[in-house]
Amino acid sequence: MKLTTLLATAAMALGMATAGVAQDKTKVGFVYVGPVGDGGWTYEHDKGRQAVEAEFGDQVETVFVESVPEGPDSERVMTQMALDGADLIFTTSFGYMDPTINVAKKFPKVKFEHATGYKTAPNVSVYSARFYEGRAVQGHIAGKMTKSNVVGYIGSYPIPEVIRGINSAYIHAKKVNPDVEFKIVWAYTWFDPAKEADAAKVLIEQGADVILQHTDSTAPQAAAQDAGNVITFGQASDMSEYAPMPRVSSIIDNWAPYYIARTKAVMDGSWESVNTWDGIAQGMVEIGEISDAVPADVKEEALAMKAAMADGSYHPFTGPLNKQDGSDWLAEGETADDGTLAGMNFYVEGLDGEIPQ
Amino acid sequence: MDLSEINPVLLIASLMVAATPLLLAAIGELVVEKAGVLNLGVEGMMIIGAICGFAITVETGSTLFGFVAAAVGGAVLSLLFVLLTQVALANQVASGLALTLFGLGLSALMGQSYVGVKPPSTPELNIPWLSDLPVVGPILFSHDLVLYFGIGLIAVVWAVLKYTRLGLILRAVGENHDAAHALGYKVIRIRVLAIMFGGACAGLGGAYISLVRVPQWTEGMTAGIGWIALALVVFASWKPWRVLLGAYLFGGITVLQLNLQAAGVAIPVEYLAMSPYIITILVLVILSADKSGAPASLGRIFHASH
Repeated sequence: MKLTTLLATAAMALGMATAGVAQDKTKVGFVYVGPVGDGGWTYEHDKGRQAVEAEFGDQVETVFVESVPEGPDSERVMTQMALDGADLIFTTSFGYMDPTINVAKKFPKVKFEHATGYKTAPNVSVYSARFYEGRAVQGHIAGKMTKSNVVGYIGSYPIPEVIRGINSAYIHAKKVNPDVEFKIVWAYTWFDPAKEADAAKVLIEQGADVILQHTDSTAPQAAAQDAGNVITFGQASDMSEYAPMPRVSSIIDNWAPYYIARTKAVMDGSWESVNTWDGIAQGMVEIGEISDAVPADVKEEALAMKAAMADGSYHPFTGPLNKQDGSDWLAEGETADDGTLAGMNFYVEGLDGEIPQ
Repeated sequence: MDLSEINPVLLIASLMVAATPLLLAAIGELVVEKAGVLNLGVEGMMIIGAICGFAITVETGSTLFGFVAAAVGGAVLSLLFVLLTQVALANQVASGLALTLFGLGLSALMGQSYVGVKPPSTPELNIPWLSDLPVVGPILFSHDLVLYFGIGLIAVVWAVLKYTRLGLILRAVGENHDAAHALGYKVIRIRVLAIMFGGACAGLGGAYISLVRVPQWTEGMTAGIGWIALALVVFASWKPWRVLLGAYLFGGITVLQLNLQAAGVAIPVEYLAMSPYIITILVLVILSADKSGAPASLGRIFHASH
């Protein structure tokens, strides 16, 4: 009897001691859809995590779990993080949306931040970047530089974020090159280098000399390099190891300032559920260096467009624009509202094919 | 929709490339299973092969050394499985799963400094006259040597299993290890060699992904091909030529469905995306109607005292 009491006390003391340590530090968890070494999407999120550590030093403890499949599995990972005492959890892929909401219900004191989704709760914020602003720049360069007038696009899943990117790139390519045609392949994965490489090769075989990708690995870049006269753009990360050819520019997601600000908010107790959607102006979306493979005048126009989006004088979705079926969407000079953009489920006029439902 | 945009010659040429990793891994696993061992660690051995091959190729500049290193790497990792299942007599399913998880983790560690590095390109066969032939050239005579090696390996495994004493012994061990033991064959030794052969083949398959098909190193880049190889062996009823057929079917439909998408064919993409799995399984199930079953001792632990 005495022994068990002693053990129990010891266990309690130990528990309190660890709890005491945990209280000093703010624990921040990250759930990643790919490996941190993917060189793209997850790589940038992990850079954000490292920035949080660098900023707060001993005051924070960060943990991450990589390659977590979207769906029920992710719920288990988040639950485990919350049970392990995380104060703030970033879930960094669209498919974690419902799992995040479910887990957040069970842990009302833990703050959750879901990337690229649209469902919020008192303890769930959402945040995303206006990647479509970067896509506008890519579309412009693609339209100017394609010789075959065929642009290949590797889509991941048919969700609004990806469809926005396709529309934005197409509108701006079409604007400078009326003959341009987009070929879209859905890979149904965020990260599968072999499949992404296959998709890129197929598009190149069918005449594409520009490859745009909305998947996370650098495999399409490698395939384009192999093929020769094909240009690509870095996705989510700079992918500068493929510059100056085939990678001629890139969209870089810079999550660090946001992650630092949100961690700070949890520390000083000012955290509230918000819906953040920042673009080039706020620095969440950056345009990677445009390489010398791009003619100087095209580069200048692209940079001018970037500047116009940064100061708010230009919106990539500015009318007149019609939907794919020919119905009116935006009148002359009208810009798309965030609600429509957030739930975008239609192609603009001129794009071929149907969006898988 | 414009089907004329799909070039059948390029399609066949690229399906052969897409199928080769699967082919190599599956033929290795076939030999392992014929010896009565179920090794679920194919994925882990593939990814280790992928990084070993990649790293050595980058360091030495020779793809030949890279592929050799990949085979050695896969075989060395399979020794861990040997230790667990043949020496410690652990459960094969659990050990195989552990091997996959371990391989994925270890490869990520080994590959840290190779992310974003570009490997030297693998030389392709270029026979002056044959490779320039209009249709036959790109399909038959313009690949890298490993692709031909894969097809050759299928033929060799088939011939060895069917016609040689060695194949007979291997099958005996897989069908009834007690009887084989009673006849004086070294069951454990034969199985160890089979497992190492499987590891080497899986390693080659992995290196083919990181050096030829993609070519680059990223963590987790085998993305489940090892599991498909495992399933393929079963659906191919443990027959080498059916493994070849299944791998080409799977690789072919994978490439074809991307081609159809790019050409804008009006079939819902979801159906296209699942078609490689469904059609491969369907064809092989129909073929396996002849009831050729699994090796009788598959997955059973052998100890001479039993």
